[in-house]
Amino acid sequence: MKIFNALRLPAPNTADQAGLAKVTIRIFKIVGLLALLVIALVFPPQISPDTATTGIAVLALMFGAWATAWNIFSGYTGYIALGHATFFGSGAYALAIMCQRWHIGNQLDGSGGDISLLSLHIPADYAPFLLVPLAGLIAGLIALPIGWIALHTRRHTFIVITIAIFFIFQLLAENNIGNLTDGTKGLEFPNPSWQYPFYNFPFYYAMLAILVLALAVSWWVRHSKYGLGLLAIRDDEDRALGLGVKTGLFKLSAFVISAFFAGMIGAVWGYSLSSVFPQSAFDPLNDITLALMAFMGGLGTLAGPILGALIVEWAKLNFDSVLVRAQQNLPFLRHSAEGSGGDTSGYYLIIYGALFLVVIFLLPEGIVPTLRKWWLSWLARRSRVHAPDTTEAANQALPVAVEQAEQREG
Amino acid sequence: MTIYIEAIVVGVLSGGVYALMASGLSLIFGVMEIINIAQGALVILGAYLSYLFMQNYHIDLFAGLLLTIPIMFVLGVIIELLVIRPLKRERTMFSILVTYAVALIIEGVLILTFTNTPVSLHAWYITASIPVGGFGGQPFYLPYIDIFTFALSLVLLGGLYWLLYRTEFGRSLRASMQNRTAAELIGINVERISAITFGIGVAVTAAGGMAFGTTRPFLPGDSYDLISRLLVIIVLGGMGSLRGALVGSLALLVIGDVTAVVWSPVWSSTVFYGLLIALLLFRPQGIFGQREGRKQ
Repeated sequence: MKIFNALRLPAPNTADQAGLAKVTIRIFKIVGLLALLVIALVFPPQISPDTATTGIAVLALMFGAWATAWNIFSGYTGYIALGHATFFGSGAYALAIMCQRWHIGNQLDGSGGDISLLSLHIPADYAPFLLVPLAGLIAGLIALPIGWIALHTRRHTFIVITIAIFFIFQLLAENNIGNLTDGTKGLEFPNPSWQYPFYNFPFYYAMLAILVLALAVSWWVRHSKYGLGLLAIRDDEDRALGLGVKTGLFKLSAFVISAFFAGMIGAVWGYSLSSVFPQSAFDPLNDITLALMAFMGGLGTLAGPILGALIVEWAKLNFDSVLVRAQQNLPFLRHSAEGSGGDTSGYYLIIYGALFLVVIFLLPEGIVPTLRKWWLSWLARRSRVHAPDTTEAANQALPVAVEQAEQREG
Repeated sequence: MTIYIEAIVVGVLSGGVYALMASGLSLIFGVMEIINIAQGALVILGAYLSYLFMQNYHIDLFAGLLLTIPIMFVLGVIIELLVIRPLKRERTMFSILVTYAVALIIEGVLILTFTNTPVSLHAWYITASIPVGGFGGQPFYLPYIDIFTFALSLVLLGGLYWLLYRTEFGRSLRASMQNRTAAELIGINVERISAITFGIGVAVTAAGGMAFGTTRPFLPGDSYDLISRLLVIIVLGGMGSLRGALVGSLALLVIGDVTAVVWSPVWSSTVFYGLLIALLLFRPQGIFGQREGRKQ
């Protein structure tokens, strides 16, 4: 730095500093992502084969994928959809119905067997996975008219409409519309012949595949002109429209893409449970869980929703064991456990609600953007310490450049 | 013929109760641009409070309201101070998430306190009914409670009207409703108005909850169905409009009850939701709502 001053050259453009920070962050991201992927690939069989842990791992991946998919629409466009379980449930029901009608997979009545596709031999247990993308497509098709209607409205009315549509779907499933859903009795999936602890592995890898795919799509959207249009909608929809962004088409397509993934995830989830009910497939708690995860990690970021999902699921896992211990040791908890018949859902709800409040008030931007901000301001401070000779103007320009870089990153 | 008249009468009577609950929601939105997702859970909480006083102290349901309404008012003010006021940016969006969290906490507390088994409210006027005459056919029987709760709703809605349009406080409140910043500029303490408005909006759920609890056995999870109905009512009527809340509730209940008679009870909500969606295609702002302007 001193040499520049001596030569009377202008100080290096401080935006480069922010650019450097961005590159470092990108390298971190790629390395971290690959490491995570490797860990995720070997995790269940190698590290922890016990059923409870892999069960939670399946859920963590499921919510990671789902929150990523949710983020493609809600995070990028700023339209918070609180009825995403509509498509999750639709996907689950679609797969159950298809397996039943077409006798795919290991049916209870003995029908359905191994199938051959393109000279590949596919065992009956794995056959339902082939229909998962189709279930996703059906969910996407369902999302098309819903999105078209709901996106007539803006912001808060939109949120309300998505909630209303979600409850319509729950009612439709309960009312056995078109003899498809069998009402509150629910539907049975084919019964895989896998034994524990292997049982969770196929679902684990299916969820992982969907997660990777969703992440790839999310990354592509984030770095494409299309994604730029979505972000423009989030920032100022009318101005984006004025500048020639086809806002209606952009919003609707993002809505359908995210519903497609939700449908696939719901289908795999349903198969892993072997049965699906209106109350569990269309669960209002899932709607808010997604939003919680995305908000916690960072709305509109790539890694945020996954991070949020991992934290929430991990917390749930630990919470269970803590609760059991607490109920044994604390008299008032023991009493309430007896009162509610060992039902811990009350505690879940309280913890969820409290966690959500904490996240919104302490980390309103989410973990990932907050960390990025700290990292950038640390870089800025460091460069100031190392370059005391730079001009006053440059010192003032740095935070601006950092801010601009942040805005570009979202 | 009689069954249609009965369906319409019952629809109007229960519509009054929903109007009360929805007006609280609409009032809060109108003044603060806050959507209180916890309204459904608060209604259930109100019902449980009535149950508590009835079961433990044998207080009559209507007399119990003298206790539960102030309790719910204070609770509303506390919620406003704790979680609504700290919201600084994108208040509408964040209010939905924050009040959803509040709803979850309330539901959790209710499950821990009262368990997940349904309870019901008891009083002589819930089971007794009076015949309502003829219209050229068989008379039908109306439970006293329907008439009582409708009257209660009318009284409370009338009180709300009086408060809003005949008092100094109401004038300040309506000023805040029209333009928050301008109201602040002419010296209205908008923060105080907001806290009180939230309190009032929550206080009506005490009465609404009691009325809801008399119609059927309830449990903590019922709040979801309720909040979706309330939200739909205010979206239909136009958000922030009290007239809209009234018209929306009557439409929901009358259409629902008539569908139940003509077709089948399982379709009553679905038909209404379908109509709502059809309406929103043509009037996204609802019946009495104002079209959302461009906001910077």
